[in-house]
Amino acid sequence: MANSSSIMDSFFQRSLDDLIKGIRLHSPESSTSISSFLSKSIEEIRREIKSTDPQTKSTALLKLTYLHSIYGFDISWAAFHVVEVISYPQFNLKRIGYLAASATFNESTEVLLLVTNQFRKDLSSANDFEVSLALQCLSVIGTSDLCRDLCNDLFTLLSSTRPYVKKKAIAVVLRVFNKYPDAVRVCFKRLVDNLESSDPQAVSAAVGVFCELSLRDPKAYLPLAPEFYRILIDCKNNWVLIKVLKMFGKLALLEPRLGKKIVGPICEIMEKSMAKSLVFECIRTVVSSLSDHESAVKLASVKIRELLAEDDPNLKYLGLQALSDLATKHLWAVLENKDVVLKSLSDVDPNIKLASLRLLMSMVSEDNVAEITKVLVNFALKSDPEFCNEILRSILVTCSGNYYEIVFDFDWYVSLLGEMARVPHCQSGEEIESQLVDIGMRVKDARPELVKVGRDLLTDPALLGNPFLHGILSAAAWVSGEYVEFSKNPFELMEALLQPRTNLLPPSVRAVYLQSTFKVLVFCLQCYIWQREEVDASSLAGDLTSLGIDSKCGLQSPESRTLSTHGAIANSEQNLESAIRDSNWPFEDFDNQDALQENHTSALSETEISTQDPVVKLLNLTETAVVPLIWSHEVEVQERARNILGVVQIVKQDILGVGAMHETSGKKDFEVCEITNLFDDLFEEELGPVSVNAQARIPVPADLIFKDNLTDLDLIYSDLQLSSSTSFSLGTSRSREEDNDPLSNGQGREDLESSTISGSLLAQHRKRHGLYYLTSEKDETGSNDYPPATESKYLDKNGDEVNDLVKLTEQSLTIKKRQNHAKPRPMVVKLDEGENFIPAKKLEIKDELLSGAVRDALLENEEVSTSSKFSEAGKPSVERKGKETLVIDGPPDLREHSVTADSEVGNSSSRRSKHKNHSKERRQHSHGESGEGKEERSRKEKKKSSHHRHSRHKTQEKQGSSNNASNQTPQIPDYLL
Amino acid sequence: MTIRFVLMVNKQGQTRLAQYYEYLTIDQRRALEGEIVRKCLARNEQQCSFVEHRNYKIVYRRYASLFFLVGVDNDENELAILEFIHLLVETMDRHFGNVCELDIMFHLEKAHFMLEEMVMNGCIVETNKSNILAPIQLMDKAS
Repeated sequence: MANSSSIMDSFFQRSLDDLIKGIRLHSPESSTSISSFLSKSIEEIRREIKSTDPQTKSTALLKLTYLHSIYGFDISWAAFHVVEVISYPQFNLKRIGYLAASATFNESTEVLLLVTNQFRKDLSSANDFEVSLALQCLSVIGTSDLCRDLCNDLFTLLSSTRPYVKKKAIAVVLRVFNKYPDAVRVCFKRLVDNLESSDPQAVSAAVGVFCELSLRDPKAYLPLAPEFYRILIDCKNNWVLIKVLKMFGKLALLEPRLGKKIVGPICEIMEKSMAKSLVFECIRTVVSSLSDHESAVKLASVKIRELLAEDDPNLKYLGLQALSDLATKHLWAVLENKDVVLKSLSDVDPNIKLASLRLLMSMVSEDNVAEITKVLVNFALKSDPEFCNEILRSILVTCSGNYYEIVFDFDWYVSLLGEMARVPHCQSGEEIESQLVDIGMRVKDARPELVKVGRDLLTDPALLGNPFLHGILSAAAWVSGEYVEFSKNPFELMEALLQPRTNLLPPSVRAVYLQSTFKVLVFCLQCYIWQREEVDASSLAGDLTSLGIDSKCGLQSPESRTLSTHGAIANSEQNLESAIRDSNWPFEDFDNQDALQENHTSALSETEISTQDPVVKLLNLTETAVVPLIWSHEVEVQERARNILGVVQIVKQDILGVGAMHETSGKKDFEVCEITNLFDDLFEEELGPVSVNAQARIPVPADLIFKDNLTDLDLIYSDLQLSSSTSFSLGTSRSREEDNDPLSNGQGREDLESSTISGSLLAQHRKRHGLYYLTSEKDETGSNDYPPATESKYLDKNGDEVNDLVKLTEQSLTIKKRQNHAKPRPMVVKLDEGENFIPAKKLEIKDELLSGAVRDALLENEEVSTSSKFSEAGKPSVERKGKETLVIDGPPDLREHSVTADSEVGNSSSRRSKHKNHSKERRQHSHGESGEGKEERSRKEKKKSSHHRHSRHKTQEKQGSSNNASNQTPQIPDYLL
Repeated sequence: MTIRFVLMVNKQGQTRLAQYYEYLTIDQRRALEGEIVRKCLARNEQQCSFVEHRNYKIVYRRYASLFFLVGVDNDENELAILEFIHLLVETMDRHFGNVCELDIMFHLEKAHFMLEEMVMNGCIVETNKSNILAPIQLMDKAS
């Protein structure tokens, strides 16, 4: 029964073609029908694959593989069937099995344990293609176990006489080495031999393997440089040459003498080759590794210019990339192509634009940073949003690099930050935010300018509408509060911090605003008190106006808070006063206490105004703006608002009381003094930058118990979520306010709707700043009245603009003599300098194992000759030369010693002893473990190395004539010959 | 590892062939393919064929309705990869005779075999068209 059904299956089984046709029939229709078709097919396959008929089974597997690779079905359930199909003797079926295995097996596939023997069988097959299948599959799915078990089979294949098999075996070695580094001991020799093989396919494969290996740890492969050099000279295959060039690019960085040797051939290839890919690889090698060789760099820059001149965007892109590698050492090459670079800024391809931007940034130095950024910011205004942000981001990153290393003039940089914040589309708010605060803390001298920039940002109500800028505003608020002593007009600052549109800010930023308000308020009070003391002391009000008028009140250092500089502070207090006089202060309208003055017009007030007036107004302003916030549901906002209000109300009562008594009572005055001084002390401590590693330096207290399970928190959070979901609003809490606020004395102000308050506030504010004369009746959120901050100014660029750009940068990109800066660079506080707390990236253990094994393999190679070599190290140079060729495969420093031993005894002896130990270990190891096998191999190696020597002599003769001229210096051993 | 993956995708963004040389789960592959296809197919003829994505580069080339996308390491030679793509197309052309999307759909396994002959472990091992096709032709004869 079962048998007959399987026959039926095989008769009526759908082939892969049928399946694909079926899918194509379904695909135009809705996706539901195709998915049902696919799941039906899978069901069908599940049945078919259980068949005992090899044909049916393998066809089912083929279909399954197809569905897996195109539709991503998980077919790990079929893993055992895959193993079965692999074991079929028919090649066509086996092939399907191996294909499925390559596509679906991974490290965690359990049935892998079952395939080892099948692999071994296929690897030893007489059919080349069967061997190839197994090798191919091994290169994809080889695990460390599989690689270990098949290592010896691979070893035999490496010297196979069948070129097809050998080529594949060489290519698989890479996987085996990665998974099972010990394989190096077995296979490395033969792999090296293949570099000298007469079969180009084997050489090509071997070079591919070494190219991969050497990219990870180039040092271990330095001893093979002569082999690679020979291939560089002899090989005509561009694919192989590219790989060899890649390797030399890495090796030449480690061994400068190698550079001299290869620069000639590389230049020759660069000049003669028609293949662009090869020429480009030469350029890249020169640019990255041979940048000290003037002639080569010159040639490369010529070639780069050719690339840039082509219409092909690919070549242009690569040319720009090569240039940017060259920029650090050879700026002249970039300057030669300046026009192309700048034109590329407005290319149609965003990738090319980006490349040219990077190139520009790499040219930035402290001399030209101002000009280049100016040009770029202007350009950003005209570009599309994405590229605009890319420009801003790269400016920010470049300028802030290594504690603002290239920034000399911080005033300029801070104002640049302010400028960037206003660029439409700007999305780098976070970065600008942190830099503003960071500069404030690190660079003392930049603070006055910071406060100025912060003021400009805060007073611009349009910025509040852009959520991307809220971070910047928060930083501006913080800076203004923290360094308020530099402010020219604290009152204006206060007004900006409390302006009605701040309700657009998120609570966290609002909290910062409030905190800054507090700081500014305390500063103003302090000024007021000092000023009054001054007045009391001189008892002449008229003196006030004549006090230090021309001293720059805005530019005092924090120390000016001490009592000795009263005069200057009093002056800033005067500013405050005059600012209030200038303004049409709205709060008078609803302030009972000022009712008297309200009746007199403002024209009269000028003469009548007393010294305390501005402060009272300030307090009133604060109170009005803050009161609605004490009902905020955000705890940060609420708490700070209440703090401010508390202080305001105490101080106000005091001051007013004093005013009523005509400054006769000293006691009350004293109280205000005390409160203000208390808070001033609070804010006096300067905030500094915190080291990134600060937390790590604190030892964890022994008795501190960390809770692993934080599920308890969920309980708390669920409560929180409920309450915080509703945000505060201005209107709702009116009635409660009256009941709960004991400090508000039932004044008339409370009778007004807060909406009208903010409405009139808004109107006043706008009038003051002369910004927008729109109706003030509607809107308290103000969301529609102001044009969005990110007003799009995107214009289509045309050629003219590009040319302008080129002209603009004409000067900025020429190398200038270092300017004599008028003032010294301000000090930048750095904390983490020279401190590498973050652990350096560890090499992967696998890689370490691998390169260790390779080093061992290479040492073993040279082991035969080391003993004799060391004893003869001091002999005359003629004999030494013969020795050199003997040890040519040894690590470079060993050979170095043999020649330079006399000159650097102290240094080299230690290194040598290390190596001695190393080789000793190796020897012990080899004796201990597999004595005989090793012996035999080393004997073979001896033969091999003599063979090496022979062939190398030949190449030496070949090269000898051309290189004689360059071999003038006898001190340096000819590395390659 | 130089070549990380080879993808063939049609104009509509459907994957026609996907060969990975490093292990990725199916979900990772889906995500990767989606991102890459979105990035590359949006580009036009005047733009260059190289796209940086995550930590590697994608070199792509369009032939009629098919996009060939190859993900490579950052220091790989882009022009050589373009040549590799072209070689792959030429090889398929020789085998199928004026290759089209349908050929690859219906002979996916053959396309895979060709790739296997050309690339092992992410390294290009064979660049001779006759050598690449020899085993495939032998297999065709045998079956």
